Amino acid sequence: MKRYSAFAVAREALSYHTGWGRAWRAPEPKSRYDVVIVGAGGHGLATAYYLGKNFGITNVAVLEKGWLGGGNTGRNTTIIRSNYLQDSSAAIFEKARALYEGLSQDLNYNVMFSPRGCLMLAQTQSEVRGYQRTAHANALQGVQTEWVGPQRVKELVPIINIDGPRYPVLGGLWQARGGTARHDAVAWGYARACSAMGMDIIQQCEVTGVRREGGKVVGVDTSKGAIDCGKLGMVVAGHSGALAEMAGFRLPIESVALQALVSEPIKPCMDVVVMANTVHGYMSQSDKGEMVIGGGTDSFNNYTQRGSFHHIEHTLAALIETFPMVSRLKMLRQWGGIVDMTGDRSPILSKTPVEGIFINCGWGTGGFKAIPGSGWAFAELMAKGHAPLADDFSLDRFTEGRFIDESVAAGVAH
Amino acid sequence: MLILTCPCCGVTAEETEFAAGGEAHVKRFGPGASDEEFRDYIFARENPKGVHFERWRHANGCGKWFHAARCTITLEVFGTYSAQTTTPPKAICAAITAKRPGWTWRDFA
Repeated sequence: MKRYSAFAVAREALSYHTGWGRAWRAPEPKSRYDVVIVGAGGHGLATAYYLGKNFGITNVAVLEKGWLGGGNTGRNTTIIRSNYLQDSSAAIFEKARALYEGLSQDLNYNVMFSPRGCLMLAQTQSEVRGYQRTAHANALQGVQTEWVGPQRVKELVPIINIDGPRYPVLGGLWQARGGTARHDAVAWGYARACSAMGMDIIQQCEVTGVRREGGKVVGVDTSKGAIDCGKLGMVVAGHSGALAEMAGFRLPIESVALQALVSEPIKPCMDVVVMANTVHGYMSQSDKGEMVIGGGTDSFNNYTQRGSFHHIEHTLAALIETFPMVSRLKMLRQWGGIVDMTGDRSPILSKTPVEGIFINCGWGTGGFKAIPGSGWAFAELMAKGHAPLADDFSLDRFTEGRFIDESVAAGVAH
Repeated sequence: MLILTCPCCGVTAEETEFAAGGEAHVKRFGPGASDEEFRDYIFARENPKGVHFERWRHANGCGKWFHAARCTITLEVFGTYSAQTTTPPKAICAAITAKRPGWTWRDFA
C-alpha cells in the first residue's frame, strides 16, 4: 500500500499520477481463513480492521455479494451523533463518534468527517420533555449535548421557520461534536487498510449456505466455492434474517425499506445537521450543495430498496413548513435501503446458537454513525468472546426482557 | 404503491387507505409457556425474502382487520382473506404456489 500524503502527491505528479495502483487487492478466495466476515459494508470492514489492529488476527476474508459499500453504507444520510438516552447505546455510539474524529489519520484515508453539529428539533411538548431528559442523561454519560431554546435554534439554522402553526420549533437537542462524514470513503478507507494488513476482500461472492458440524460452524458455501473458517461473522444488515436461516436460527428482526432523497445543488445555506423526528424528516447540506433529506420507513416488510412516493410527499410537506425555502427546490434523486429493525430498536451484537457464529445486525435506521464503534466492539466480541461495549446487545436480552429501549426514548425510528 | 382489496367490504384501494399490522398467524403461547416460546411469540418473525402473510386494517374505510399474502421482493399481492382464521385458506396457498413454486412459511406450505 502506498501511503497517502502531500509528499506522495508531489512524487506521483512526476509520473503524471499513473503509478498510484489499486487501493485494495481483488484476490480469489483461499480454501480456509481463521475468520470469515460476511458483508463488506462499513460494519463488516470495520470489524475486520479492528480484528487486525487490536487483536492481530489478519487471516481474515470479507465476503460481499455485490460491491463494496453498495448496501446501506452507500444509501444513508451520513449523520453522525451519539445523543442516545440509554447508557449502553450512548457508550457504543459515543465510542464510534470519538473514533470518527481520528479516523482519517488512523486509516490514512480522508473520510471527510465534518463535525458541524447535529440539532434535533423539538416540535411538540412531549419532544421538549424527551430531549431535556436525554440532555440530562447525556451529561451523566459523558456525552456532550445541550438543550437549546428556539432563539438559539434560529441562530444555528437561519433558514428555519420557528413559528410554524402546525410544527412550531420549541427548542432542540444540540450536539456540537456530531456531524457527517463521506459514507463511501469510510468503507473505502477501511477496505484499503484491511487489504494492507493482508486480509482478502472478495466482492461478487454470495454466501449460499453455512456448513456446520456438531453445532459448530466449519465454513460457508459461496458462489466462488466452499470456504472453511474458524469463526464466522454475519454483518449483512437487511439480509440478516435470510443468512441466519441458512445457519439454522431465527432472529427477532423485520426488514423494511427506509428512503432518502437529495435536491439540486445550491449555495451553502445550512452548516449543521437538522433532524425533525416529529415529521420523520432530517436534512443536511452536502459538500456538493445538495440538500440531503432522509425520510420515513415503509410500514410493511419488504426488500425492494425502493421506497414509496407518499412518504416523500409526507416528509417534504412537513419540511416545507419548517424550512420554507425547500419549496423552491427540485428534487434530483430518491433511493431506498433495507434496514433491519429489532423489537427495541437497538442493535444485536451477539454470539448465536451456533458455536463460532457471531452476528452484528439490527442497526435499523441508524447504522452509519456507529460503524467504527460497532466494528471495535464486534471485533473484541469475536476475538475474546465478550466485549464491554457489546455485551448488553446480546440476543439473550429478548428472552430475559432486558431491552435497550430506544424506540420509546426516541418516540420514532432513529 | 400497493393496491389491496379489503375482503370485509370489497373496496380496492391504495396502501394509504390501509394500516399495516405486521406478521399474521403468530401463535400465542398460553400460561406455563417457556421464556423461549414467549420470546418467539413477541419478537421472532419469519421476515422472509419472498412470500409473506401479514395483517392489515382498512383504517380509512370499514375499519376491519384482514390478512394478505404478499411478496416482499416484488410487492405482488397474491390475495387477501378474512382474519378469522389461523391458517391461510387453500385458495390463497394455491394462488401462491402457481406463482412461487417451492415457497415456504412455517408449517403452512
